[in-house]
Amino acid sequence: MLDDLDRRLLRHWQADATLSPGELADLCAISAGKAARRIARMQEAGIVQGVSAVIDWAALGYSVEVSLRVTLDKTVARAFDEFLAAAREVPEVTEIQTFLGRVDVRLSIIARDMGDYQSIYRDRILTLPHIAEVEALMQIAQIKAVEALPL
Amino acid sequence: MIDLDATDRALLRALAVDASQSASALGRRLGLSQPATWRRIRRLEEAGAIKGRRLRLNAEALGFGVTVFLGVKLATKGRVSLEDFERAVSAIPEVQRVEHILGLYDYRLRVVARDIPDFERVLRRRIMTLPGAGEVEANVVLSEERRPGPL
Repeated sequence: MLDDLDRRLLRHWQADATLSPGELADLCAISAGKAARRIARMQEAGIVQGVSAVIDWAALGYSVEVSLRVTLDKTVARAFDEFLAAAREVPEVTEIQTFLGRVDVRLSIIARDMGDYQSIYRDRILTLPHIAEVEALMQIAQIKAVEALPL
Repeated sequence: MIDLDATDRALLRALAVDASQSASALGRRLGLSQPATWRRIRRLEEAGAIKGRRLRLNAEALGFGVTVFLGVKLATKGRVSLEDFERAVSAIPEVQRVEHILGLYDYRLRVVARDIPDFERVLRRRIMTLPGAGEVEANVVLSEERRPGPL
């Protein structure tokens, strides 16, 4: 189980993932050794999974981001598995979530411009298996994207 | 927009998986010297291809068992200030992402909670009471995967 010190470490680390164990130790007013041991323990327990670089797709020329909400034909037994396997093959898909709710699956897709989006949508998305319905929501602006946990 | 060669793409792919790797470890994998790897990473950061670093935590192991995607429509009655709504919704700690979208809903929120009763508390006390909040649709996340994207 985590104690207050673990949570304090994670809060600082979440706020700035570039911090070194030494810097985290300073922020929590503990020794570097203690911070390193706590961090190692949380890594071993699978609580800390790692640090990822966040890619700015817009800076790489992908200015369009669309969220596709997909309803599948559930009369087909393997509809979910087959749809997901095929969706993973589309390079422009950056996120896949499955849901309990009105929507079955959500795909985040990125494209260079609207023309590029059109061709991805027609050639790669609408050809995915077992789609009953697709709704497209275009992202206008990202207001908050920290994805931190309220520890 | 910056141009990437095959090595830059491989670097971005590797850093998106694990940004804590040293330049020498990365360089060995990609057949580059340590200084050359370091220079490329710096160039990618300066050009804005890498937005930042994100700490990946196991939400479930930390007691956050429920993630919900919420579609929120703003009430049409009366004038609603988008800025007021965005400021208030971004201040809620359980709200991890806020996206302004075009389509069925005005905003998409990603909300994390300990369990369903906790989610209901956040929904009723914090989200439904936001200035201008209208109709809400909730989809509970069953599974999620991040894909490398077109690199």
